[in-house]
Amino acid sequence: MWQWIHKWASPKHFYRVSTRVAPWLWGLALILLTVGALWGLAFAPADYQQHDSFRIIYVHVPSAMLAESCFALMAVCAVVFLVWKIKLADIVAKVAAPFGASMTFAALFSGAVWGIPTWGTWWVWDARLTSMLILLFLYFGIIALRYAFAREHSGGRAAAVLSLVGVVNLPIIKYSVEWWNTLHQTASFSLTKAPSMPESMWVPLLLMMLGAYALFGAVVLSRTRNEILRREHRARWVRALITDTCDKEH
Amino acid sequence: MSSEGGHSWARAFRYTFVRDLRLRIRHGSEWGSPLIFFALIVTLFPLATTPDRTVLVTFAPGILWVAALLAVLLSLDALFREDHDDGTLEQMLLSPVPAWLLVLAKMCAHWVMAGLPLALMSPMLGLMLALPSSVFWVTALSLALGSATLILIGAIGAALTVGVRRGGLLLALMVLPLYIPVLIFGAGVVRLALDGIDVTPYLAILGAMFAAALALSPWASAAALRLAHSG
Repeated sequence: MWQWIHKWASPKHFYRVSTRVAPWLWGLALILLTVGALWGLAFAPADYQQHDSFRIIYVHVPSAMLAESCFALMAVCAVVFLVWKIKLADIVAKVAAPFGASMTFAALFSGAVWGIPTWGTWWVWDARLTSMLILLFLYFGIIALRYAFAREHSGGRAAAVLSLVGVVNLPIIKYSVEWWNTLHQTASFSLTKAPSMPESMWVPLLLMMLGAYALFGAVVLSRTRNEILRREHRARWVRALITDTCDKEH
Repeated sequence: MSSEGGHSWARAFRYTFVRDLRLRIRHGSEWGSPLIFFALIVTLFPLATTPDRTVLVTFAPGILWVAALLAVLLSLDALFREDHDDGTLEQMLLSPVPAWLLVLAKMCAHWVMAGLPLALMSPMLGLMLALPSSVFWVTALSLALGSATLILIGAIGAALTVGVRRGGLLLALMVLPLYIPVLIFGAGVVRLALDGIDVTPYLAILGAMFAAALALSPWASAAALRLAHSG
């Protein structure tokens, strides 16, 4: 078991395997997102109350879910990196942070645009909105902390500690709509009960969510591969890889 | 063995606490500056908004709390910086006494010098913001409890940035998002008291945040200091 983990934690092995996985993941993301977006934006019926503006849900919900999942991933990576000192975890945490920050921004922005036709305002100081804004600031803090250190390793460990501290925000975001009387509605989806939307509305949303996760996986995987090459550029296997590619091209 | 161990722990805690207090008291400007800063920020608000007492009193809880929060943030740099620079911190981490205990002692001393005075100053500044004297006690209590939480949370950030040159702005960037829940409930306590509503639920939440921070922060800060020192 430990041997298996160590094999996976080695950047070289990870790079080899991910070479085969990455294109599939990109393809899956492309298909799911295209089908989901076309279906959701063009074919799903308009809401009887919100009309066409409800279609923002197809961007808003997936990006908000990714924003939280990405933070959770960073926290898991932080534990793995701090406890077992696996460098690959630090690389994943590093490349995931900007993606998570942009998804948080996308969720906030699409929410603000959605707020105009439904709530009549861009922004309210609602518990869900505020806790998402805090999440965005946490992402910024983690990214800034990482780059404040001259040595990559120290920056990685400091960022890992801060991501673990910031995890307290995730349950606050999750339950903010239940703990406080907020303007924001409660969850549209749950694993335990049937969705409150008709099938023609939630199926494209489900596709968009799955597509978003596939995109998340693809982006993190590809950026992790780049980062591995950058960090290991002195290693023999990376040099061999580069000379091989150059030979093929010429 | 265990009783002897406990005895030496208590002694190490007391020694670190007294040492930090003594150092702080001798460096007057270091602990004085955040307090003056607190008063200055509070002064800025009526000048920038309105001196109208009826309006000012509605803003007073927020102004007091934001100013106190910034003062704590400003004081955090003093928590580990000097001990880091002269190598004392390294000796503390190497000592047989657990590092979280010594870090906790430093935090307690810091609260006595940088948190408690804010609470004691709050009635005077509350007077300037037209707060009725009936809420002075609650304001001071919320600031005393809240500033302890702020110091505990901020210590993690201070420990993480101790090795960073010019870490001040970075510290603010990291710590301020984490301060928001404390600010909401801290200022909320004062606002509830102003409206004549029972403040115990909000105080209880503030206390719960303090308890959680007390349990986690010394340990996390010690871990962060170790990271900063192992390079």
